[in-house]
Amino acid sequence: MADVIQQQVQTATISGHHEVDYLSDGNGIKDWLYTVDHKRIGIMYLVLVLTAFLAGGLLAMAIRLELLTPARTIMDAETYNRVFTLHGAIMVFLFIIPSIPAALGNFVLPLMLGAKDVAFPRLNLASFYIYVLGACMMLGAILTGGVDTGWTFYTPYSTSTSGSVALTTMGVFVLGFSSIFTGINFIATIHKMRAPGMGWFEMPLFVWGMYSTAVIQVLATPVLGITMVLLVLERAFGIGIFDPRIGGDPVLFQHFFWFYSHPAVYIMILPGMAIISEVIPTFSHRTIFGYRGIAFSSVAIALVSFIVWGHHMFTSGQSQLINGVFSFLTFIVGIPSGIKVFNWVATMYQGRITLKAPMLFAISFLLLFTIGGLTGLFLGSLSVDIHLHDTYFVVAHFHYVMMGGTVIAFLAGLHYWWPKMFGRMYNEKLAALSCALIFVGFNVTFLTQFVLGSRGMPRRYYNYLDQFQPLHQFSTFGSWILGLGFFIMLGYLLASLRGPKNAPADPWGGTTLEWQALSPPITHNFSGTPVLTRAPYDYRNVPQGVDK
Amino acid sequence: MNEWLRATLPVAASEHAKDVDTFYIFLFYLSLFFFIIVGGLAVYFPIKYRLKPGEKRRSAHITDNFFLEMLWTVVPSLITFVLFVWGFNTYVASFTVPNDAMEIHVRGRKWNWTFEYPDGMAGGGKLYVPLNKPIKLIMDSEDVLHAFFIPAMRIKQDVIPGRYVYMTFTPNLAGEFQIFCAEYCGKDHSGMLATLVVMTDAQYETFKTEGPPEYKQMNPVEIGTTIYKSRGCQSCHSLDGTRGDGPSFKGIWGKTEQFADGSSGVVDENYVRQSVLEPQAKVVKGFEPIMPTFQGSLRPVEINGIIAFIKSQKQ
Repeated sequence: MADVIQQQVQTATISGHHEVDYLSDGNGIKDWLYTVDHKRIGIMYLVLVLTAFLAGGLLAMAIRLELLTPARTIMDAETYNRVFTLHGAIMVFLFIIPSIPAALGNFVLPLMLGAKDVAFPRLNLASFYIYVLGACMMLGAILTGGVDTGWTFYTPYSTSTSGSVALTTMGVFVLGFSSIFTGINFIATIHKMRAPGMGWFEMPLFVWGMYSTAVIQVLATPVLGITMVLLVLERAFGIGIFDPRIGGDPVLFQHFFWFYSHPAVYIMILPGMAIISEVIPTFSHRTIFGYRGIAFSSVAIALVSFIVWGHHMFTSGQSQLINGVFSFLTFIVGIPSGIKVFNWVATMYQGRITLKAPMLFAISFLLLFTIGGLTGLFLGSLSVDIHLHDTYFVVAHFHYVMMGGTVIAFLAGLHYWWPKMFGRMYNEKLAALSCALIFVGFNVTFLTQFVLGSRGMPRRYYNYLDQFQPLHQFSTFGSWILGLGFFIMLGYLLASLRGPKNAPADPWGGTTLEWQALSPPITHNFSGTPVLTRAPYDYRNVPQGVDK
Repeated sequence: MNEWLRATLPVAASEHAKDVDTFYIFLFYLSLFFFIIVGGLAVYFPIKYRLKPGEKRRSAHITDNFFLEMLWTVVPSLITFVLFVWGFNTYVASFTVPNDAMEIHVRGRKWNWTFEYPDGMAGGGKLYVPLNKPIKLIMDSEDVLHAFFIPAMRIKQDVIPGRYVYMTFTPNLAGEFQIFCAEYCGKDHSGMLATLVVMTDAQYETFKTEGPPEYKQMNPVEIGTTIYKSRGCQSCHSLDGTRGDGPSFKGIWGKTEQFADGSSGVVDENYVRQSVLEPQAKVVKGFEPIMPTFQGSLRPVEINGIIAFIKSQKQ
């Protein structure tokens, strides 16, 4: 390790002047709360999204425990309905949507572009506090009775049930602005703040992913905001919009809701794909295969994602023609994701592969996301979807995409940039163990649920027929393995923070600009402006040999 | 392997269900094929190209390959187009109602299902249909969204308040099949179950005249209780003496009632029977004449059940 530290000192000396790293640059509470440093805002986001993930995860464990037996296991039906609603709402709005863009993206994106910060640092901080406000509103909703509508808030149930629906939906409305602000910031940053020599096609693919995500955030999130406001107006003032008793149309709500929430699925998965596009070339020490294919497929996904929302509504009573059109478009949106997967796999061909923790997570991602994508074919096919709609098959499918895809990619990114963020390495062996446990636990939990669903088990059921019990028990057993994996991860990541700052600037042999900054970076990221001398992922002139 | 796959699906009780299963199994093999390719390479490459300790070598510099990239864009596009057409055609067929279909009304409310047959008979909890006869379900909801899901028929349809929707199936297997509510509807969503009973023609004829087979195991009071709960009696006639839109059943048996037309009479078998079939004939004084007739929609055995049920509601 001595040579590593020496290398860091050397880099600092070469740059001419010693500047203090961003973590040590003032450690009073105000230095953090008033900061406009994208790195510190990213870290604050990271702490909150990880807290949300822990809360949502514990709720998931409670759901699985309740489903260990039919009838009551640990809670009554009304509590169960609140718990699964909360699990979904927390995971979607407080964890997955901000996880990669706002936490990791905030930290890494300006570094990758060779910029000192994002284009609008104050807007960035505002986005963080709006997130905090939205989270507090949702917390308030929990304390004042909770919500039992499911995270989808379908009308007219949501306009007729008791509970804090208004406060929750206003919380979602506020959180939307946080997401929009991040999106605006990223678009401006990517357009205006790229390092000299970095054209659009010299940008790291992570940046392409963030750009596509930001476009969806800015264009789709307002529709969610409008929908939530309409819902609150209906509940508060009895204006008939969605409730048929006062002249509304309940299916209209679904159109509004999914017009946002389907693109939102890509707000969740595109950043995951963006991370995988970084991790695989770095640990294969090989140039990415099909850079343009991956970049354009992100943009294609972002565009087509706006016109597939109706596939959530195949049984809603919309016309057969509309169902046909949405089914067709749904198959189209699958193609760019397929292209990406093939390109990632091809990138490993004839590589010089080192299986460090981020790469292990990336390979898990490839396997799990492929299952998530392929089971999407079942759901895109109309006649089969009619059978599988609203069953555990759908639950399993979107967990393979959202958790097997996005969460695993988030973990890959977290392990990839952890040394950059905190200047410390974690225990590699424990990371591998944790990755393996999560992979096994995840499959035991959710592969089972495909079978539950195809056999007809509907979702959001507190109670179930005896014939489903063995599969439910097996799934619950898997959730314990999964929980253990995350528990170990929490342990070694926290433990690493107690150690010395021993991470080199470029621990993995990465080629993108963030690896030219120190670990952790200085407050202004780089000493001077970095100039791009080669395309990303070009390993032809990288010294070979030593296993990094 | 096909047998094993079929075990992951419910019993198929219609031609459409079998078609869906064939498609499902095809999708499974297709997915398995692609998973083996992608997953296999995603595991094989890291093993094959893993850098061994101390090893020194360069990686290949392959930026793209037009042919390969076209291959994995065009081939999946063609395959998904086939899937689209297959899925769309079987879907449209499954929602095309045959001309001679028997129409049954389905009503969803928190948290049960009721069924109304073409002959005016009605019931809750169990849907009785004849074998090999196309059925059209015309459905609506009294309160929030529900979804009518018959796994054995591989069909499902959201049930919406304020709008009629339909679904259709032709059962080709006699037996009892599970019905679920598949759209979340609150506290007892998971208890909103029903059973589809597919009967032979002879059984169905018996059902039409004598009622569901389980009546044979029930005494008249139990049959009456079922009718009282499933046919809406309870919304006007209380059992605890509370005044509703109609007289409470508590202690009414044997009582002499004053009627709106000034006459009076004893509540006995004939009075109850007449009140069910011609409810406007003798309305108890002080109540509106709003009760609908059940002429033709209650079987004799069910009217006897109601009489026995009211008789059992002692003071």
